Amino acid sequence: MTTIITKKPIIETVSNQPSKKAVYETKQLNLWYGSNHALKNIDLEIMENEVTAIIGPSGCGKSTYIKTLNRMVELVTSVKTSGEILYRGRNIFDQDYGVEELRTRVGMVFQKPNPFPKSIYDNVAYGPRIHGIKNKKILDEIVEKSLRGAAIWDEVKDRLNENAYSISGGQQQRICIARALAIEPDVILMDEPTSALDPISTLKVEELVQELKKDYSIIIVTHNMQQAARISDKTAFFLNGEVVEFDHTDTIFSNPSDKRTEDYISGRFG
Amino acid sequence: MRPSVQDMIAQSKGKKNKQMIEKIIPIILFLIASVSVLTSIGIVMTLIVETVTFFTRVPFLDFIFGTTWLPFSNKEAQFGILPLIVGTLKVTLIAVIVAVPIGISAAIYLSEYASENIRRVVKPILEVLAGVPTIVYGFFALTFVTPVLQAMFPEIKIFNAISPGIVVGIMIIPMIASLSEDAMSSVPKSIREGALAMGSTKFEVAWKITVPAALSGIIASVVLAVSRAIGETMIVSLAAGSTPRFDGDFTGSIQTMTAYIVQVSKGDAGYGTTIYYSIYAVGFTLFVFTMAMNILAGYVSKRFREEY
Amino acid sequence: MRYIEQQTVVKRMDGRLIINAVFKYLFMAATLLALLALVILLYRIVTQGAGHLSIDFLMNFASRFPEQAGIKAALVGSLWLMMVVAPTSIILGVGSAIYLEEYARQNRITTFIRMNISNLAGVPSVVFGLLGLTIFVRALSLGNSVLAAGFTMSLLILPVIVVASQEAIRSVPGELRDASYGMGATKWQTIVKIILPAAIPGVLTGSILALSRAIGETAPLIVIGIPVIIQFLPAGVMDTFTALPMQIYDWSSRPQQEFQTVAAAGIIVLMAVLLFMNSIAVIIRNKFDKRY
Repeated sequence: MTTIITKKPIIETVSNQPSKKAVYETKQLNLWYGSNHALKNIDLEIMENEVTAIIGPSGCGKSTYIKTLNRMVELVTSVKTSGEILYRGRNIFDQDYGVEELRTRVGMVFQKPNPFPKSIYDNVAYGPRIHGIKNKKILDEIVEKSLRGAAIWDEVKDRLNENAYSISGGQQQRICIARALAIEPDVILMDEPTSALDPISTLKVEELVQELKKDYSIIIVTHNMQQAARISDKTAFFLNGEVVEFDHTDTIFSNPSDKRTEDYISGRFG
Repeated sequence: MRPSVQDMIAQSKGKKNKQMIEKIIPIILFLIASVSVLTSIGIVMTLIVETVTFFTRVPFLDFIFGTTWLPFSNKEAQFGILPLIVGTLKVTLIAVIVAVPIGISAAIYLSEYASENIRRVVKPILEVLAGVPTIVYGFFALTFVTPVLQAMFPEIKIFNAISPGIVVGIMIIPMIASLSEDAMSSVPKSIREGALAMGSTKFEVAWKITVPAALSGIIASVVLAVSRAIGETMIVSLAAGSTPRFDGDFTGSIQTMTAYIVQVSKGDAGYGTTIYYSIYAVGFTLFVFTMAMNILAGYVSKRFREEY
Repeated sequence: MRYIEQQTVVKRMDGRLIINAVFKYLFMAATLLALLALVILLYRIVTQGAGHLSIDFLMNFASRFPEQAGIKAALVGSLWLMMVVAPTSIILGVGSAIYLEEYARQNRITTFIRMNISNLAGVPSVVFGLLGLTIFVRALSLGNSVLAAGFTMSLLILPVIVVASQEAIRSVPGELRDASYGMGATKWQTIVKIILPAAIPGVLTGSILALSRAIGETAPLIVIGIPVIIQFLPAGVMDTFTALPMQIYDWSSRPQQEFQTVAAAGIIVLMAVLLFMNSIAVIIRNKFDKRY
């Protein structure tokens, strides 16, 4: 890789706020599943305390991209990457960068609610525990704070010892968010977090995302354009493994500069 | 105010330990997984080494072509394995005659005719049948099947090939039934429905669609069951007798390969005697027979598998 | 001219329906026959042996006199055997399964281990006896002890436990793994805290079924040279012992009619132990039946 970074215009348009720092800088990222070239020359800069939405038709690489940000993508098949992703200035593909360390700083919420078959309490305490926090008082405190943070404390405070599968799907997803919050991550990655939820639960999660961006940087993949328009500050439009356009959400939805973006958000394909 | 969770995580000890564990665990688990390989090597080596010693005393050709098995003879011991093989095959033949029609019929009934409720009752019972220890089957053969057979056919002796054959058959029915049923159940429903929609009866669907489609699985199940029958020990030790013979008689006492091993082990064949080594030679022959059957079953189910 | 005449079809239909009905009942009869065999077997054993069952039978040692013969040594011996077999075979079996499902790369060594395990499952138990006799009894000089027999039995049932554990581990949803890795958990943490707890019902059910096979196996014990008539209980794993199936085998092969009653009573005890173990397996299966 060259060490000289040539900023593309696409980045300049979004990095003009000096008060905010970048959490993720993606530079010329390419990714292959075997011979399938899934991500092509991705350049994206993601700012802290913002909600960045990633939209695009199925198979455009948006899920792959978000899973690359915490290197979960490597669990699936033999993947090959080139280029770099700087997280807080450090390339996550560096030999000595431990994935566990990265994932401790970057939380993730998945498509389907996936609580562990354990109690609600144990679900939320899982992260702190595996990272060596054993003190019961501190754990209690963390669990309550995380559940409050995920706006579900009032609904489950009397049933913390019940199995997480005894509550509804929407509640389960908020438990999963609380579980991610429990290690007080820097960034939260959300991979279509509402795709398996009903409209009311979806609304609750969306409100929660708005609330969370005060403290966290959030990157959310969604197939729902209205959702992106409602909750995000910036939106990236992916197509066939490429970033077609990345801009302020208002601009993307009101005045897209690329014809393909316009076609997609006006519902002409996808 | 407590420190942030990230700070606590950063301060928590045991990071180094974690890395060590992640490195050591796969090695330990690999060693554990290799126990099964060592077991196989152990079996093959044991059999080969002791059998080679046996062949330094008994010529190889006398062993595999000899028709007289007289290991305990004081004058001149003879070690021709054919009588033991014939004994084994007699019992296996009867077992197959009993188990194949019943096992496959039960499989067809369960996969094509039986309702979900019946299946839920019958399959666990078949599992129980499969879980009955062979010593119990042996006792059953000796104290029930043999007397019943003798009552019907007086020429049958107390020890014979028929009674243990029947009971070995009963023992392998669940194996044939459940493996064949698995094979038939994996034939897609849509294929059956296609045939039923054209006016086929259920029997025609079973006989012309399901059974042919599942044939490789059915044959494999029978071959595996035959392998089990060949290796079955306690039923024949109790009910078949201990008379190695090279003839076609099913009504009198015979001896199988497995029963011979038990007979010698029970007695006190001193370590180092030819008789001691002979059980390894017989065990090796038995091993070759069952292994051939298992490999054949694997080949059949792979080679002729239907793709849906 | 039509190729299919409805009338002929209707005429032939009767015959086809009769064939269908006949075979339906034939298949059903075959199934019933198999079940009937089990019923007769159980009925015979219970009627033969129930009369001999008593507290004395459970508390007495073996004897030359059928009316005094008891099963104490065998029952306790079988328990001792299980105390060696259960930990050995479960640690080896579950460890192998974790390796194969979670760590092994798809290479020739892995394929070889998998093939080896399925082949091992087809080796007759009497051959395992020969292995135990050579390696454990003689080469390692364990003699005909609980330990030698326990190791032999462990290897015999190892393939069953490996396969059952592999299936249980495989059936743990991938989303749970993702969630754990996503929190920054290491592989081993994920296995110990998420995968194994979720797989435990399957692992235990498979293990108990395998152990109940071990408790009923006779042939390997005979080949190893486990004695029958024993008037004492083992005090440790290096002591010799006898086991339920050995005792039953000995009684069954005695010529006196009275000993057959004793054998039947012994079988009832053995079957009761098996029933007990299987009930535990069923209870575990139901209790841990978690939703995902």
